[in-house]
Amino acid sequence: MSQTPVNDLAIELRGVHKRFGDVHANKDVNLQIRKGSIHGIIGENGAGKSTLMSILYGFYKADAGDVLIDGQVVRLANSRAAIEAGVGMVHQHFMLVDTFTVLENVMLGAEQGMALAGSAVAAREQLQHLAENYQLSVDPDALVGELPVGEQQRTEILKALYRGARVLILDEPTGVLTPQEADQLFRILRALREQGVTVLLITHKLREIMDVTDQVSVMRAGEMVAHRATAETSERELAELMVGGSVDLELDKSETKTGDVLLDVKGLSAKDGRGVQVCHQMSFQIRAGEIVGVAGVSGNGQSELLEVLAGIEPLSAGSFNVLGREVSTKNKIDPKELRQLGLNHVPEDRHRLGMVKPFSAAETSILGYHDAPEYRRGMLIDGDKVTKHCQSLMDDFDVRPPDPTLRSAAFSGGNQQKLIIAREIERQPKVLLVGQPTRGVDIGAIALIHRKLLALRDAGVGILLVSVELDEILALSDRIVVMCGGELVGEVSAAEADKAQLGLMMANAREVANG
Amino acid sequence: MAEQTTHMPTWLRVGVVPLVNLSMALLVSGLIFWIIGENPIEAVKLMVYGAFGYQEAIGYTLFYATNFIFTGLAVAVAFHAGLFNIGGEGQAYVGGLGMALMALAFDDVLPVVLLVPLCIVSGAVFGAAWAAVPGWLQAYRGSHIVITTIMFNFIASALMGYLLVSVLIAPGSMAPETRKFTDAASIPYLYEMAAWFGIEVSRSPANGSLIIALLCAVAVWLYIWRSPSGYALRTVGFSERAASYAGIDARKVTVITMCISGALAAMMGLNEILGTQHSLLLNFTAGYGFTGIAVSLMGRNHPVGIVLASLLFGALYQGGAELAFDMPRVTREMVVAIQGLVILFSGALAYMSEPWVAWVYGKLIGKRVIVEGAV
Repeated sequence: MSQTPVNDLAIELRGVHKRFGDVHANKDVNLQIRKGSIHGIIGENGAGKSTLMSILYGFYKADAGDVLIDGQVVRLANSRAAIEAGVGMVHQHFMLVDTFTVLENVMLGAEQGMALAGSAVAAREQLQHLAENYQLSVDPDALVGELPVGEQQRTEILKALYRGARVLILDEPTGVLTPQEADQLFRILRALREQGVTVLLITHKLREIMDVTDQVSVMRAGEMVAHRATAETSERELAELMVGGSVDLELDKSETKTGDVLLDVKGLSAKDGRGVQVCHQMSFQIRAGEIVGVAGVSGNGQSELLEVLAGIEPLSAGSFNVLGREVSTKNKIDPKELRQLGLNHVPEDRHRLGMVKPFSAAETSILGYHDAPEYRRGMLIDGDKVTKHCQSLMDDFDVRPPDPTLRSAAFSGGNQQKLIIAREIERQPKVLLVGQPTRGVDIGAIALIHRKLLALRDAGVGILLVSVELDEILALSDRIVVMCGGELVGEVSAAEADKAQLGLMMANAREVANG
Repeated sequence: MAEQTTHMPTWLRVGVVPLVNLSMALLVSGLIFWIIGENPIEAVKLMVYGAFGYQEAIGYTLFYATNFIFTGLAVAVAFHAGLFNIGGEGQAYVGGLGMALMALAFDDVLPVVLLVPLCIVSGAVFGAAWAAVPGWLQAYRGSHIVITTIMFNFIASALMGYLLVSVLIAPGSMAPETRKFTDAASIPYLYEMAAWFGIEVSRSPANGSLIIALLCAVAVWLYIWRSPSGYALRTVGFSERAASYAGIDARKVTVITMCISGALAAMMGLNEILGTQHSLLLNFTAGYGFTGIAVSLMGRNHPVGIVLASLLFGALYQGGAELAFDMPRVTREMVVAIQGLVILFSGALAYMSEPWVAWVYGKLIGKRVIVEGAV
C-alpha cells in the first residue's frame, strides 16, 4: 500500500476481525481512506463488504482491531456515535418515511428542541445551503413517497450531510437507478469530493469503480486482498482479484436462427396482490432460438409479468398462447400444466420461490417435479433416485459443495442459483422464463450461467430474460423490449441497442414513445 | 486469535437437551413439594414406581400413552403444513361418535373382524369432516385455523352433550352414555392377546389400539417424509410462495392435511371407546386432545419423538395418579401442575437450555460450539 501521511486519512482500519458463529466475515482487515477521495470497495456477495461497513457505521462491534477517524481511535457503540464522528450512510434500501416530506425526513431524529417549527426553519435554511454547495436540489416540501427513486436517494444523502457527515458510505447505490440517474449520482459524488467530503462506495459493479473512484480496495472471503489506484488497474485485474483466479468475461454469442413463435402474448394485463394494475396490455412474441430481454428499472411490472406467464398469478385481461395452449381470464393455467407443456421458469426470487430453504439440496432439486414418476418407487418418493438426480445436476453445473444432503439455505447464492437453473434446464424446456439469473451470484457462476443460457438458445429454446442489469440484457439478448410503468414502451434489436437510448426509454417512457 | 469451532452434535441436541429440560421441570416440581412439606425424592420414587413398578402400572402407562400418540401425531401432521390444529379435542370427540354409531348399529350383526375396521373408517371420516370445515374456512375464506378449531371444540362439546343426553342415551339410564356394545365392537386387551401366546400378564386397560397407534406413527413418518403428498405438505408449510411456484395448490393441501389430522385425532376413540369403555360417554376425551399439542411440541413434531413423549406423559398421568393417592398433601391439581411444568420446560422453553448445554460441552472439548439458529 502506498504510504499516506496519517493526518491525510479520513478513515483507517487496523486489523479488524469479525465473526458470526463459524463464519469469519472479516479477517484482519486493514484499510486507509484518504480525505476528500472517492474510495471504492469491491467484492463478491458475501465477501464481507457489508459487515465492514456496518462496523464503520456502528451497527456491529469488531471482535478485534481499531477504527480510526481523522487519526483518532474511536469506539462506535451505535450508529449515533458514528454520526457524531462524522460518518453518514446511505443504505441500499432507503430508510425514509414515505408519508413525510423531504424536509421532515431530513429533520427526523435531528430535531433541535421540543418545538418543531424552529427546527423546521433552521433545517430549511441548511437544506438550501447544502443544495447550493453540492448541486443537490430536492424540493423540500415534496412527499418522499411521490419522488422518483433517484431523488429519494438524494434525500438520503442530504440527511447524512445535514447531520454533519464528512465521510459518506454508499452501499450498492445504483441497484435501483437507471443509467442516467446513476450518472447523475456520480456527478453529485464528484461535487461532494470537491467540497472535501470523503466517499466510500460499496459495489459489485466493476464499471462503476472504473468510472468514479480514485482508489479501490478489493475484498475476497472476508479479507482485503488488494488496494489499487483506479487509474492503474483494469476491470479484468479487479475481476480476477475478486474471484482469486482468472475469469473469462467474454461471451461467445453466435448468430441465431429463429423458428416458430412459441409464446405469443396478446394484450396481457395483470394486477398485483393489492389489486393495482401493474401490467398494461402488453403484446410481444418469443420465437424458438432467441433470447428476448426485458429491460426496465426494478418494480415496473417485470416481476408480475413473469409470474403471470409462469402460471403463478392470474392475468386480469388479454391472453397469451404458449406452445399451442391458449390462456386467458376464462382459460386458466397452473405452473404444473405449463411445465408439462414445456415452459420452465427460473424465478426472480430464488429464496422464496425457487427453493425451500430448510429442504436438502436433493429435495429442492425436485421442486415442481415431486410427482414425476421417475423419482417414485411405488407410491413413495425414492430417496436414492432423488439424490442421484441432484448429484448429476450438481456435476453438470459445478455446484459447490456437491453434497445433495446439505440444506439448501447453506449454499452460497451462486450455487443455489446454479442448482435451480440446472433443475429447470435439465428438463429440456421449449420455453424458458428467466428472472434475474445472476442477482447475488459470484462472477465465476455468472459466466457459467450465461454460457448455459446461450447454449440453450442455440439449441432452439425461446427464452424470456428479465434482468435489472442492463449489461446482462445487452450481452445475452437478441431482441430487447423495455418496460416502464407496467407498459411495453419500446423494442429494439440487440444489434442496434445502445445503453443511453435504453436508459431513456426505461426512465421516461412516454416522451420517447411519442417523440 | 483463531479459535476452533464445531457444531452441536445431534446426540446432544436430541438426546441430552430434552433430558436437561426434563430435569429442570422435576427440579422446580421438587421445590414445590419441598415447600408443601413433602419429600421430593420420595415423591419421584413413588411416581416412577407408580408408572413402571409393576405390570398393571406399565399397562396403565401404555394405555394413556396410546391416547397421546394419536393426538400428538394429529398435531404434528398439521404442524408440518404450517397449520396449528388446536381442535384435536373436538375432532376426537366427534370421531368417537362415528365409531359408536357403527358399533350401535351393527354390533349384533357383523363379526368383530368386519365391525372394528368399519368403526375405524367411520371414526376417521367423522374426525376428518370435523377438521375439514376449519381447514376449508382457512384455505378459502381466510378465517384463522387456531380460532376456528378452538370454536369447533365448543361446538363438538355442545353437540355431543345434546346427543348423549337426549338421543343416544341408553333407555332407562341416568348417566349420559350409550348402552354397552357387544364384544363384536371391541378391541382386545393386551393381556388377552398375551394370553393367546400363553403368556400371563396382569389385567390393565392397555389394548390393541397401541399397536394401531404405532402403525399410525410409521405411516405418518412415511407420509410426511417419503410421499409426494408429504413433499407438497412440507413445501406449503415452509413457503406458500414456493408451493405456488411448484404448482402445488396450497388450499387443497390445507384441507387434505386437516382431514388427515382430524382422522388421527379421532383414532383416540379406538383406545377409549372400543378398547376400554365399550360405550360412548360424556367427555371421554378428557383433555387428551389438548395435551397432544404439548406432546407434539416436546417430540419436535417427529413420530419417534412423539412416541417417546407420549410414554413420558403416560407415565406422568399414571405415576401422578398414584402419587395423589399415596401422598396426603399432594392433590390431583398438584399432579396437573407437575405436568404443566414438564410442558413448560420441554415444550415452550425447549430451546432455552441449548446454549447452556453447548457451552458446557464446548468447555469439555475445548472448542466453541455453535448453536443452530444463532446468527
